[in-house]
Amino acid sequence: MAAPNSLSGTGNPTGAGAGSGSREFSKALLDPDAAPPSGLVGPDGKAAPKRFNVYRNNVIVSLSEALGQSFPTILSLVGEDYFNALARTFVTHHPPETPVLMWYGDGFAAFLESFPPLAAYPYLADVARVEWAWLQAYHAADAAPLDPADLGAVAPEKIASVRFARHPAAAIVTSNWPVLDLVRANRFATDTVVNIDLDEPQSVLVTRPDMDVSVFLLRPGGEVFLSALFEGTTLEEAAASALEKTSEFSLADCLSDCLSSGAFAAIEGY
Amino acid sequence: MKHKAMSAAIVAGAVATAVAGLSSTVPAHAQAKEKCYGVSLKGQNDCKAGAGTTCAGTSTVDYQGNAWTLVPKGTCVTMDVPGDRHGSLTELNRDLPKA
Amino acid sequence: MISKATPYRQSRVDAVIPARAGAGLKPEHISEILADRADVGFFEVHAENYMGAGGPPHRQLEAIRQDYPLSLHGVGLSIGGEQALDKAHLQRLAELNRRYEPGLFSEHLAWSTHETSYFNDLLPVPYDEAALDRVCDHIDAVQETVGRQMLLENPSTYISFEQSTMSELDFLKQITRRTGCGLLLDVNNVHVSCTNHQQSAADYLRDFPLEAVGEIHLGGHAPDIDDAGRPLLIDAHDREVDAAVWNLYERAVQNNGPLPTLIEWDNEVPAWPVLFSEVKAAEQILARAAEPGLRRAV
Repeated sequence: MAAPNSLSGTGNPTGAGAGSGSREFSKALLDPDAAPPSGLVGPDGKAAPKRFNVYRNNVIVSLSEALGQSFPTILSLVGEDYFNALARTFVTHHPPETPVLMWYGDGFAAFLESFPPLAAYPYLADVARVEWAWLQAYHAADAAPLDPADLGAVAPEKIASVRFARHPAAAIVTSNWPVLDLVRANRFATDTVVNIDLDEPQSVLVTRPDMDVSVFLLRPGGEVFLSALFEGTTLEEAAASALEKTSEFSLADCLSDCLSSGAFAAIEGY
Repeated sequence: MKHKAMSAAIVAGAVATAVAGLSSTVPAHAQAKEKCYGVSLKGQNDCKAGAGTTCAGTSTVDYQGNAWTLVPKGTCVTMDVPGDRHGSLTELNRDLPKA
Repeated sequence: MISKATPYRQSRVDAVIPARAGAGLKPEHISEILADRADVGFFEVHAENYMGAGGPPHRQLEAIRQDYPLSLHGVGLSIGGEQALDKAHLQRLAELNRRYEPGLFSEHLAWSTHETSYFNDLLPVPYDEAALDRVCDHIDAVQETVGRQMLLENPSTYISFEQSTMSELDFLKQITRRTGCGLLLDVNNVHVSCTNHQQSAADYLRDFPLEAVGEIHLGGHAPDIDDAGRPLLIDAHDREVDAAVWNLYERAVQNNGPLPTLIEWDNEVPAWPVLFSEVKAAEQILARAAEPGLRRAV
């Protein structure tokens, strides 16, 4: 006759207790101060908190590491010890809602923004938004970018009313902080010295025309222009909104950047 | 919507300029005079991009404790910030709110 | 939209996984593997890491699939969960099976989701009739949706449920009988669980329904101690396979014959040659097990 909790043998035909169920188990996983669920025992049949803590630890550490892999610039900026504590807080309050971890971290930027101890570092949230856009671009659907010749083939009298389809990998992050320089210094070019002027606003376009994700600095008004186009407005309307925002806006330059970086998948209509 | 006027002819001219520039042999990047505009920032085609799942546990113990007595401390030392502040993380207000 | 996967299909190697040793595929090893044309029996990937729409992960996996048989290993379906399976996730698994035509498809006897929260860990299941019914229903749904047999992996566990009414082995045997699924025998998990529950791994393996096994996993574990100072092993996949696990493995394949065998190394991932040498060590054991006359009488 095998012991009640044996792995092999015939087991215990009667069982003992109703058990805790996954609700109590789940609650205790994310709350280190909670007592381990009832009905869980070690080989001597006694409660074994340290054994339950293996699961707590696996959950918190693996999800924190996942966040660190998705937000390496934030990790570098705040340092490993701080990041681990930060990630632990985020993970316990916002556990993933999907088993696909490349989709975990959507709310991390907003969390950084609202987290009181980081109030003195308001640029972190936008840096996280750039990293999120980068990750989503990396995994986005493959699509050929719009061939500029297709736009060249549109009759001049119709060109003002052209609308574009966003490339599946393309995204804009509008920021009042030098987010491009921050990700450059802490993630993409860590071996070079980058002069960072915290007063310089940088909005960026993230794209992946083929297999390499790229982050581009948008020209003045570029974020307004491209946001409008991504929302489906016509070329003329988008250019007018950008010009309204800043007289520095150059349609030819901005459009050239958008076309060469692969921001669009197709001309959607005109 | 009320916008500043931008005539169809101006739009068409700008498009022609943009398209012509791209079809020439000079890459758009090379034409950009201003710092960084149109210059791409690529990862070293980061083969290990983003989070992965695991079917393994971990022996790293780190599941409890409130570390809000910590101060962020970047590990990157290559960033040169204005003034005498060096390091990767810059506080905008020197006084951190108490957690 | 361009599908990059389809045009290459004709040139893929056969899907069937040979009774050889394979390695868990890590993105950082792929270029070296392809450049060296590494002599590896097969590769295995975690399905959830390939559920994005496109990009480098699919490009890389397609390149691997051209040259090697592939095993698809799900880690997030929560088959042991109290709630219904996530239908969208199940569809994604089915789609990956269609896209890559893996020779083997496996998941875990564990749960990882409660309500909407996903815990990214393989959490333990009580071995009672209610859990058995649920797990069997879930496996039926998986095999129906994906349209093929799946293998179910025995877990590493750290605690027991007082409510359990049967042994892990009886639980697994009932599952295979009722659902027709196969088993993935993780020998490291056997060693880890049996050590943690102070039982004999040799006895466990002797009673394991080897006839249902389609694949074996080997991996490293980390030693710790529990509240009472007893050994507590953690299934960390962060180092070489332990000598005790190699011994259990050799006995299993000598008794049963060679089976596709995977080396898992998921944390502290080493350089490719280190992982490859573990693969070669498993191949040597498989070669000995394949020699006629050396097989032990069972």
